[in-house]
Amino acid sequence: MSRYAAPGTDGALMSYQPRYDHWIGGSYVAPKQGGYFENPTPVTGQPFTEIARGTAEDVERAIDAAHEAAPAWGRTSPAERAQLLNQIAQRMEAHLEELAVAESWENGKPVRETLAADIPLAIDHFRYFAAAIRSQEGSLSQLDEDTVAYHFHEPLGVVAQIIPWNFPILMATWKLAPALAAGNAVVLKPAEQTPASIHYWMSLVADLLPPGVVNIVNGFGAEAGKPLASSARVAKVAFTGETTTGRLIMQYASENLKPVTLELGGKSPNIFFEDVSADADDFYDKALEGFTMFALNQGEVCTCPSRALIQRSHYRTFLDAGIERTEAIVQGHPLDTDTMVGAQASNDQLEKILSYLDIGQQEGAKVLTGGTRAELGGELEGGYYVRPTILEGGNRMRVFQEEIFGPVVSVTGFEDFDDAIRLANDTLYGLGAGVWTRDGSRAYRAGRAIQAGRVWTNCYHQYPAHAAFGGYKQSGIGRENHQMMLDHYQQTKNLLVSYAPQKMGLF
Amino acid sequence: MDLAGTERVAVTEAAAELLRELTEKHGPLMFHQSGGCCDGSSPMCYGRGEFRTGASDVLLGELEIDGVPEPVPFWMSAGQFEYWSHTHLTVDVVPGRGSGFSLEAPEGVRFLIRSRLLES
Repeated sequence: MSRYAAPGTDGALMSYQPRYDHWIGGSYVAPKQGGYFENPTPVTGQPFTEIARGTAEDVERAIDAAHEAAPAWGRTSPAERAQLLNQIAQRMEAHLEELAVAESWENGKPVRETLAADIPLAIDHFRYFAAAIRSQEGSLSQLDEDTVAYHFHEPLGVVAQIIPWNFPILMATWKLAPALAAGNAVVLKPAEQTPASIHYWMSLVADLLPPGVVNIVNGFGAEAGKPLASSARVAKVAFTGETTTGRLIMQYASENLKPVTLELGGKSPNIFFEDVSADADDFYDKALEGFTMFALNQGEVCTCPSRALIQRSHYRTFLDAGIERTEAIVQGHPLDTDTMVGAQASNDQLEKILSYLDIGQQEGAKVLTGGTRAELGGELEGGYYVRPTILEGGNRMRVFQEEIFGPVVSVTGFEDFDDAIRLANDTLYGLGAGVWTRDGSRAYRAGRAIQAGRVWTNCYHQYPAHAAFGGYKQSGIGRENHQMMLDHYQQTKNLLVSYAPQKMGLF
Repeated sequence: MDLAGTERVAVTEAAAELLRELTEKHGPLMFHQSGGCCDGSSPMCYGRGEFRTGASDVLLGELEIDGVPEPVPFWMSAGQFEYWSHTHLTVDVVPGRGSGFSLEAPEGVRFLIRSRLLES
């Protein structure tokens, strides 16, 4: 085991500034109303920096800066934009460990995850969209011998992006990379729970970006998010979060007739057919890891496999093995490289998870392991830790229907294929799902029958660029992580051109 | 669906106090219960009318708060209510760091739902 020094302490790889203002037009700008708020690390509960408390005036200023930058940026060649994205990726790669520590300290997630997943995925994402924009082609339609329709891609202009707190840098990257590749200028609002790591990222790449192309306004949703999302001067709003705010953002967008993309979470089923247990081999071991994936990122993942559906014929043995695997999870200081589960991102998140453990048990769910706050003592005493928890119950219980966003899985059994699909689809959401079976044909039929945008088949929690990610049902609108996201950040310009010398003959 | 006669939603004294303060600042208020990820499963507090409810929503109750002139309606989407209808909800408040566009977040606190089973 090794432990990274906390940011700003002796031997630390990186340090945060004591204060972050808004990043507008290529420099830091103090908030117009002068307010700041403290940003605590979930690791200890102690504040480590303070953040500008943005208001409508700051948002307007950022939108001004973006509008100033957008025309020239939108005219750059795809090659130039691709080069910039590749340079950002390279800079991030050169500072991968620093970014990983920054992200871990701000969010509470284990550094082994930021080192292996968050930051490498973000780096690859910039490279992917560099490639995607280079290889994107317009189209033409030959309408008749002398008439041609040309279709050009054009940027939208200035776009607004509201980022969640569970993967602050990766989720910002999912939105920034396609928007920048497509030639848009961005006003980005990080989550108020995790507003700082994106500024550390900016400190690494600011010299690469033309001023005003990326602007960061901090603050609370009600004070900074609303003026951004409701602005008539942004051409599109992208949001990741929950349903009520998603609806509110659509309402604002409807007032301005602007498009939105929304990713609003889920309650993802993870289905284990009986043939998983046919052999105690590598595949069985992999499936047990797949079961335990509910604890990844402390369960703070929109696609957390928070409902495990296990076929009854192997229910007890598979579940017992799953409990054993869950109890082997190492929970501890997020900056320890052995730690698998760290801290929940905020105190209110911790409280919400505990409230679900309460109602789950009132509804009759049985706690098979965990079920309480984790008291880790020492410097972690004030941090927000929950023991990885397995609940056993029925699919109509609220703990089976609501995204707890904690390291909590709700387990129930199913009889056969049809029962599995019925349970899997008995949810308001449809973002992710998992299917585990040794039978390829069954895997295919299950994957097609589940109403979700991403069905991991004999794997879980992989997020490579070039695989579309987005929701069915109440889980949102749009597909990120794939070149098709470029469509959400581009207009289609059609030039309808006649090369005929003769008039039409109507007048 | 028949909502008459059953109290479905209440507030703790701490939440009532916060609602009095928020009413002073922002005028009449409303709640809409969220679902989904991140800050989902939390009640969102807005100025009355800020969030447009419609045919896809259910009014669970009108919270009467001492010192607040108008009751505070508590809404939820009908689809979500199908899964929640067997539980009674109490709006509480905890220290927190924001959530969506809910009005209390800048105060360093967060509304939270505590639930119990409804007597059948």
